[in-house]
Amino acid sequence: MYDSSLLDVRNLEISVAGAEPPIRIVQDVSFSLEKGKVLGLIGESGAGKSTIGMSTLGYGRGKLHISGGQVLLNGRDITQGGRSELNALRGKEVSYVAQSAAASFNPAHRLIDQVVEATLEHGLMTAQQAHHRAIELFAALGLPSPETIGSRYPHQVSGGQLQRVMTAMALCSEPDLIVFDEPTTALDVTTQIGVLAAIKNAIKQTNVAALYVTHDLAVVAQIADDIMVLRHGKMVEQGSVEQIIYAPTQEYTKALLSVRTTQHSEAPAGQGPVLEVRGVTVGYGEADILKDVTLSVDPGHTLAIVGESGSGKSTLARVVTGLLSPRLGDVAFENAALPLKQSDRSRDQLRDIQMIYQMADVAMNPRQTVEAIIGRPLSFYFGLRGQERSARVYELLEAIELPIEFANRYPAELSGGQKQRVCIARALAADPKVIICDEVTSALDPLVAEDILLLLEKLQKERDVAYLFITHDLATVKAIADSIAVMHQGNLVRYGPKSQVLSPPFDEYTATLLSSVPEMRLGWLDEIIAARSV
Amino acid sequence: MIAQRVALSLLILFAVSVVIFVGTEILPGDVAQNILGQTATPEALANLREKMGLNEPALSRYLSWLGGLLQGDLGVALTNGRDIAESLISRFGNTLFLAAVAAIMSVPLAIFLGLVAVRYRDRWPDKVISAATLTSISLPEFFIGYLLMLFFAVKFPAFPSVASVYDGMGFLARLHAVALPAFALTLVVLAHMMRMTRAAVLNVMESPFIETAELKGLSSFKVIYRHALPNAIAPIVNVVMLNMAYLIVGVVVIEVIFVYPGLGQYLVDHVAKRDVPVVQAAGLIFAVIFIGLNLIADITALLSNPRLRHPK
Repeated sequence: MYDSSLLDVRNLEISVAGAEPPIRIVQDVSFSLEKGKVLGLIGESGAGKSTIGMSTLGYGRGKLHISGGQVLLNGRDITQGGRSELNALRGKEVSYVAQSAAASFNPAHRLIDQVVEATLEHGLMTAQQAHHRAIELFAALGLPSPETIGSRYPHQVSGGQLQRVMTAMALCSEPDLIVFDEPTTALDVTTQIGVLAAIKNAIKQTNVAALYVTHDLAVVAQIADDIMVLRHGKMVEQGSVEQIIYAPTQEYTKALLSVRTTQHSEAPAGQGPVLEVRGVTVGYGEADILKDVTLSVDPGHTLAIVGESGSGKSTLARVVTGLLSPRLGDVAFENAALPLKQSDRSRDQLRDIQMIYQMADVAMNPRQTVEAIIGRPLSFYFGLRGQERSARVYELLEAIELPIEFANRYPAELSGGQKQRVCIARALAADPKVIICDEVTSALDPLVAEDILLLLEKLQKERDVAYLFITHDLATVKAIADSIAVMHQGNLVRYGPKSQVLSPPFDEYTATLLSSVPEMRLGWLDEIIAARSV
Repeated sequence: MIAQRVALSLLILFAVSVVIFVGTEILPGDVAQNILGQTATPEALANLREKMGLNEPALSRYLSWLGGLLQGDLGVALTNGRDIAESLISRFGNTLFLAAVAAIMSVPLAIFLGLVAVRYRDRWPDKVISAATLTSISLPEFFIGYLLMLFFAVKFPAFPSVASVYDGMGFLARLHAVALPAFALTLVVLAHMMRMTRAAVLNVMESPFIETAELKGLSSFKVIYRHALPNAIAPIVNVVMLNMAYLIVGVVVIEVIFVYPGLGQYLVDHVAKRDVPVVQAAGLIFAVIFIGLNLIADITALLSNPRLRHPK
């Protein structure tokens, strides 16, 4: 029936081995894929999209296993094979590109040896041929000095380059199908664009079929021919890219599409700053990681600090909190200079500036209840005990829109969004005037992140607290900022009210940054690449 | 980095020499008394002390001892007047030979068993290996020694129960002689190294790059030895070196059981006789071995990290 299909997945069911009652991660998913086509698998975390991708290699993480349905690859049902049959097809007929290339390369071996390993293991080429092909692929994927980059170790090349090398590794054995599992999610936007273009190019040139797993609809719209939307392990909607992007039929798909449409209207300037960073330089002279940064935030306002990894934005947060002392300059709170070192600050000075972190998971003690976590700053700063403290914890839970029964739960019993809410409550417990939010929504799914941003905005209105909002995500910036500071390699390249920063004329870096954010329309990537190569 | 480790090792060695000297200094008892016996006259004792230089101040005795050491002169045994270096050297050679045989048997075996345990994690080969090595480490060494003797020397006399070696003995004959003590030592050190290999490799098996290797279609064993083992070298080498040190320094009981003329027996003999220079010399040699092996472990661990071998 589907004779032309390379991959044919029918009624796939994946569950946790040995679980009673059975836990099904993926249910009743069917699709087929032809040679040279790209299917995008879209969904939030827990939707089962990576799990489906890996099932085409007959692989399940941990205790996951295919418990029903068929996965036909080149006409063979791979769910029927044992380990040796699977080994015969992994890396030969299907290969895999992981999310974090940095973690997915073995640190102990040279890149070239890892790139050609599968090809040699399956006896597809001689060592010389394989090396030759790897170098060709390095060149095709736009890697610098393709002849010699293979002799480097993973830690010696950048994240964007590693992701290209990983793509070359997947292509080296000339497979029929490649599974891309969020290949650009860990990259900065300006890096992502080059890697996306390289991947798209490579797919076109080699006529390989691909499953492209991502949570980012705008990204998949540039690469895929068809899209399947998944939620809770079930298919929501499947169709061509045009249909899904421009004419979605399901509510959930519409919600995913509309996530980035919230806008925060810029508040007028206040009556003087609550926090000022004055001429801060951090480093040891030659290579300063922050260079003469001056900025301020008004009470009840949000200053978004935008930049890519290595731009110095987290360093700035460490200076403000006193964890890192600047070489020059200082930090002022309500017009009075703060001691540079955290240990020299008074308890009230500490209380006034609180922090919320990116990874809510690791920012909480897993052995403490929510009440203990939120109650700690209450005891520490205000000396609250017993009933009084509990009452305040319940108030805070209400403020973050969690039921008060959550006071007795442990972090492991909370979802990602709920954990981040508890972290917000903990910061609020100190009744601060400034909260530093360090990539607080980066680890969350778009819909959950949206709710967190709305909560932060509501709390700001109620309490007049100022946010120093550190992020690499420009959509988040548009959604929450009053003023914006753009950082690049330790320099403050652009700074001012949001309306001003986001309107032309742009400096070169801000222009690149803004134009690199994927747009939810077809052909965006091609246009931008064409525009840049002129 | 490596130079720093070497310098630190030398400093520790110097500190140990001080500790050894001071330690033997405050030991109760008197060599002269020991040599001459309880019936010796005070005059005879005083004469002997004078002759042996025991009346010099401690600091000057330490300095002359240290100076001698640096020139390879370990001094003279008080009890029999023989040159310590000379008697030590053949003993030390015997100890090294036994340790080397045990190491060559136990290290590859321990790592191999560790890898097998990882490959069949939580299945019967893993459990059998764990149970067997744990049993062998739980039995006291003397018990293992006598057990081996009972089976391989008495019931099925394949090997001698007394591991006597002498100068000019052929290599194979020597090997035959030390077979049982070496085997006993192997059983004693196997479990540590095997369990550390298993734990260290299992730790690496959680890494994402192991998944990458599996998705290339490599066999389980190739995944383990090509991708996991190279990243688990540092902790394994540390435990291997500690066990090597034990094989050289801690084998007194096995030496006694098999009547093997090694360093341990020599040391025990002279401790009993309160022969301070011998005790000091042997103690220092043990310290050199311990520090040296740990230095090797440190350097290997440093070199096994590609980030340090190939900086950006």
